[in-house]
Amino acid sequence: MPVTVEIPKERWTGSIREVTLGATAEQGGTRAKTVTVGGETTLPFLHFEGEMPHTPIVGIEVQDSYPADWSPVLLAAWGDVLNDPAAWAKKAEEIGADVIMLKVRGADADGNATSPEQAAAVIQSVLQATGLPIIVRGPGQAELDNKLLVAVAEAAPGERLALGLCEDKNYRTIVAAALAHDHLVVASSPIDVNLAKQLNILISDMRLPLERVLMDPTTGALGYGIEYSYSVMERLRVAALTGDGMTQQPMVCFVGEESWRQKESRTAEGVPAEWGDIEKRGITWEIATATALLESGADIVVLRHPETVDVVHETISKLMAH
Amino acid sequence: MALSGLQIYKLLPKTNCKDCGYPTCLAFAMKLAAKQASLDDCPHVSAEAKEALSAASAPPIRLVKVGTGAREFQVGNETVMFRHEKTFFHHPGLALRVKDTEDAGAVAEKVKMVNDYSVERVGIEMTFNAIAIENASGDPGTYADAVKAVRSQTALPFVLMSDDVDALKAALDVEGDHKPVLYAATVDNWEAMAGLAKGKQVSLAVRSQDGLDELADLATKLGDAGVEALVLDPGSRDLGESLAQVTQLRRLALKKNLRLLGHPIIAFAGEVADTEEGEIVATTQFIAKYAGIIVMDRFDPAVAYPLLTLRLNIYTDPQKPISVDPGIYDFNNPTADSPLMTTTNFSLTYFSVAGELDGSGIPSWLLICDAEGMSVLTAWAAGKFDAETIAKAVKTFNAGDKLSHKKIILPGHVAVLSGELEEELPGWEILVGPREAVDLPAYLKQL
Ligand code: SF4
Repeated sequence: MPVTVEIPKERWTGSIREVTLGATAEQGGTRAKTVTVGGETTLPFLHFEGEMPHTPIVGIEVQDSYPADWSPVLLAAWGDVLNDPAAWAKKAEEIGADVIMLKVRGADADGNATSPEQAAAVIQSVLQATGLPIIVRGPGQAELDNKLLVAVAEAAPGERLALGLCEDKNYRTIVAAALAHDHLVVASSPIDVNLAKQLNILISDMRLPLERVLMDPTTGALGYGIEYSYSVMERLRVAALTGDGMTQQPMVCFVGEESWRQKESRTAEGVPAEWGDIEKRGITWEIATATALLESGADIVVLRHPETVDVVHETISKLMAH
Repeated sequence: MALSGLQIYKLLPKTNCKDCGYPTCLAFAMKLAAKQASLDDCPHVSAEAKEALSAASAPPIRLVKVGTGAREFQVGNETVMFRHEKTFFHHPGLALRVKDTEDAGAVAEKVKMVNDYSVERVGIEMTFNAIAIENASGDPGTYADAVKAVRSQTALPFVLMSDDVDALKAALDVEGDHKPVLYAATVDNWEAMAGLAKGKQVSLAVRSQDGLDELADLATKLGDAGVEALVLDPGSRDLGESLAQVTQLRRLALKKNLRLLGHPIIAFAGEVADTEEGEIVATTQFIAKYAGIIVMDRFDPAVAYPLLTLRLNIYTDPQKPISVDPGIYDFNNPTADSPLMTTTNFSLTYFSVAGELDGSGIPSWLLICDAEGMSVLTAWAAGKFDAETIAKAVKTFNAGDKLSHKKIILPGHVAVLSGELEEELPGWEILVGPREAVDLPAYLKQL
């Protein structure tokens, strides 16, 4: 007697909000195209039980000055463009970025502090160099972030940039800048479901529509806390699909930054032979981190190595085909 | 399926004799249902009731043992869909596949590499677990020779791969009782495979060519034929379809209590992808999502190390904080003039910093603060690594007594704490170190 297995499907009641990055000329910006993420009605890539109307996307990280502290593997892969954020952004678009993540470092390689005017100038030059939507991040220190990101927001009104990091310490300033100049925010919280929810509540209390909020649950790289990020993202996604309105934001993971920080991706000499070749090891570190986080709910993964970009694009298209 | 208290009660003697220590059989049944008592406490329970109850309390995904001796590993017995619900228990076994058509010298080299490979992370030795040997030649004699040769090179467990029962039988004859997994029973050969697996008491993988219905059908037949330890290959070699299949299998076992599909899963990362990067992606997916054995076709330390690290991370018990003891640690025989650094007691943070300090050759002290096992940034954000915590640790562990100077180096990520710490530690000079551990040696050199 033939057996028929009834495929078990969850009946999710919630869905992820759709968030659109960038604005075209018609919409008040200058982007060649916009990109929308979110909209899921099921867990990642489970097409048999729900929809993933928008494909997860790949961002490429660009910095406003030469990243002397980057892994030699990355410096070699990118070469000269690293000296010029506009050329770098253009190259990133060529090799397949869906969005650019511009990081304003706060100081150049010689330690000279970045002024708000410089931050404004760099966003303008990157906007001219690429037609892609842009995520802009400050150095990651609340006060400095406020100063630089407000300048960036003012310099690019209507572009629907995603401004980050917008944290509990500085969300008022960043959200106000997003409201005043028509941008989005990247709401960032330290690997905690309740803190993530709380921040979304605070942001929406300021009347920024949640359709303009991306969520950064804080990325831990492989070997450096990936399991925490992985599980917090799964919990957030399950909560969202179960109908918790304050967890329904698309998630962005800064995979490249975290994967290329440590010794494993930076050091060729004086490490155990079992670690193998530095270049392959570093790229594998980034591929594995990106893949695991896509499977736990990332809508945007921001990467650093060009080869990872190709592999992750292919992975996403395989997982989206059905 | 777990039974309710009332269902259990029906199976008990109903005499209320109290020998179990509970006032009534019903009270005892309730405790059993809540898993707070053991059936052994009732001396009067019938054999049938025992069987019914133990079947009901059997794990929803069967535990399968692979191999023998020191390299034996166990897979299955998983109880949750998401690791945050409890934990994932048994690391998936990673296997490298070789074929009996490959040059014997090349095979020996690969086997040696996998056999000898061991890499340490946070004090844990990580290794590959098995060799899969495929009968690509189609010839039983050639296959048995290849299996015998590899067995002389390693004690690792085997996955023996052939659709030809005769080839597997020949291989089992030379393999003895090392408890390999036989791969695989299919619609075409299941009866003979069942006989072989049962006779030799080994676990048997079953491969469907047509989705979960066929898999369930085969699993039923094999169960009826008396094969208990099964390993499931739902059949797809497409990345997305595989994800759907393994998710469905785990759900059927855990949520629908479908015993006949409650077995560990075997996945073939090398068949899902035709590039090395694709194999990395597939292996990542199978580690995160529900495989019990993952067969790869390539081995490179630069890939093995990250993937073994991922496995360790995903299978870490989320409830268990991973931390080291707060206190003062010394590196390279420091003196009173050596620098003092501080950081949190998150074990990864500690191991990253300790590795750098140790490797730098520079004598130094490291003060580990009790930040509830969180990393520097997380602890700082949560208020567990602030000036007060650090000052308290300096005092508790009498850091000043070890030093001729009064300087302490903060992690760069918490530079903002400098001012407050100066207030908390009068007379101390607060220095700001690098953000990342990897930059510590360079920092210490220029100090
Ligand atoms: S020992 Fe057995 S029979 Fe006696 S009360 Fe307990 S459950 Fe009932």
